[in-house]
Amino acid sequence: MARYLLSTHTVAGEEGEPPNEQHMRETYQRLATIEQEMSERGAWVFSARLHGPETATVVRVAGGEALTTDGPFAESKEHLAGFYMIDEEDLDAALGWRRR
Amino acid sequence: MAVAEGGGIDPPGAIDAARVGRIFREEWGRSVAALIRVLGDIDLAEDAVQEAFAIALRRWPSEGLPPNPGGWITTTARNGAIDRLRRESRGRDLLADLALLAPRDDEVGTTEEEGPVDDDRLRLIFTCCHPALSGEAQVALTLRLLGGLSTEEVARGFLVAEPTMAKRLFRAKRKIKAARIPYRVPADHDLPRRLSPVLAVIYLIYTAGLGRADEPLLCVEAIRLARTLSVLMPDEPEVAGLLALLLLTESRRPARLRVDGSLAVLTDQDRRLWDRELIQEGQAIVRRCLRRNQPGPNQLQAAINAVHADAATFEETDWSQIVALYDQLLELAPTPVVALNRAIAIGELDGPASALELLGELELDGYQPFHAARADLLQRLGRAEEAATEYQRAAALAPTDAERDFLSRGGRAGRR
Repeated sequence: MARYLLSTHTVAGEEGEPPNEQHMRETYQRLATIEQEMSERGAWVFSARLHGPETATVVRVAGGEALTTDGPFAESKEHLAGFYMIDEEDLDAALGWRRR
Repeated sequence: MAVAEGGGIDPPGAIDAARVGRIFREEWGRSVAALIRVLGDIDLAEDAVQEAFAIALRRWPSEGLPPNPGGWITTTARNGAIDRLRRESRGRDLLADLALLAPRDDEVGTTEEEGPVDDDRLRLIFTCCHPALSGEAQVALTLRLLGGLSTEEVARGFLVAEPTMAKRLFRAKRKIKAARIPYRVPADHDLPRRLSPVLAVIYLIYTAGLGRADEPLLCVEAIRLARTLSVLMPDEPEVAGLLALLLLTESRRPARLRVDGSLAVLTDQDRRLWDRELIQEGQAIVRRCLRRNQPGPNQLQAAINAVHADAATFEETDWSQIVALYDQLLELAPTPVVALNRAIAIGELDGPASALELLGELELDGYQPFHAARADLLQRLGRAEEAATEYQRAAALAPTDAERDFLSRGGRAGRR
């Protein structure tokens, strides 16, 4: 058994229109089902959905000093939107969740 | 002549380092694959098989060759590895984990040897070519673990410094372990997706060898891998297609370079130099693929090469058949490169003007064969000045010296 981090990413500017209430409900329902299945399988460890990138702060250590700037990473259009920590037998089993 | 002690059938002295070296090449992949399954660890497996060959090198010359050298190596490697693990406390934990304390064969080589282990090689190639590994890592692992090439040989084949290649292999093996890339043949529903990088890796190994007249090892190894895979997966038509494609391409290798080292393209090759045996084998596989009628990109490319092999001279080539095959290939693999090759074939069938028109629709600027093809067509249309510019463009982009020379000389000799 090994522990895997499944991360979901969003590209800046491609988040789309704020979803309507029904769409939102369906999405939450789908995620709840996945998490339920992960728990039943004994795979689920921890998961979280993150706030938007404008709320992120980056800390870089340079010359022994911690430099704090607003984040996330200036070079990257993509940012982390959320993650799941799971336990699975092997990589193929972990990647099996990706299709969901 | 006396029969050697230890049950060997060969006289002592007949087994020298070179002979053991040949056995090494043939048996390495099979033994490593079996040991990875037993030990669950790539590095331990490599060390164990290496050690077994060192023992063979000491013992075989005096004791004679065992009846099944490959089985002997695998058994010796397994017993050696288990002994070593028993001596180390870490190893004892590992053995307990693996529930490996099964009865061992103390009479190495004389008792029952490893059973059919072919499936382990199949497991190994799917692990080496797992899509979670980079293409470079896939190629390096395949050559090292299945082909038994040394890190130095793999590095030389890809013109990379040895420490760089060693690091690449180390990182890839670490990823397999840490990410738990599984050691198994993918399930049927996953097979098409997982087989394609395996075939791509073998093809890439072949073409890397083709670009290096001084490194025939890679071509030989790619064909050996394709052959092994086609034995292990007899029901996969694309595996057979790849083997046929490689055999037919290989059949022309002796004619590819002239005595002075310059490149001879299909038009100019001395076809008497083509290897008839490889052609016959390749064409027989193509015929079986046609009967099976489950066409795929590799099979179609093999069929195109089979048509070329049928023509005693370039002028006798059956271009209408080749164009028909390219039509089919373009449908399955609609890439600009396939479109380019189809256009070239149409140029032979209908004349250079129609091909040049087709080339105009392709976005392949900067792709060397595209400029070489354009140059050739312009030349045949009598547009010498434009042709010269294109030849220069192509020559600047050519990957090997031989190709560069060929292009800067102004392309093929015939039909200027």
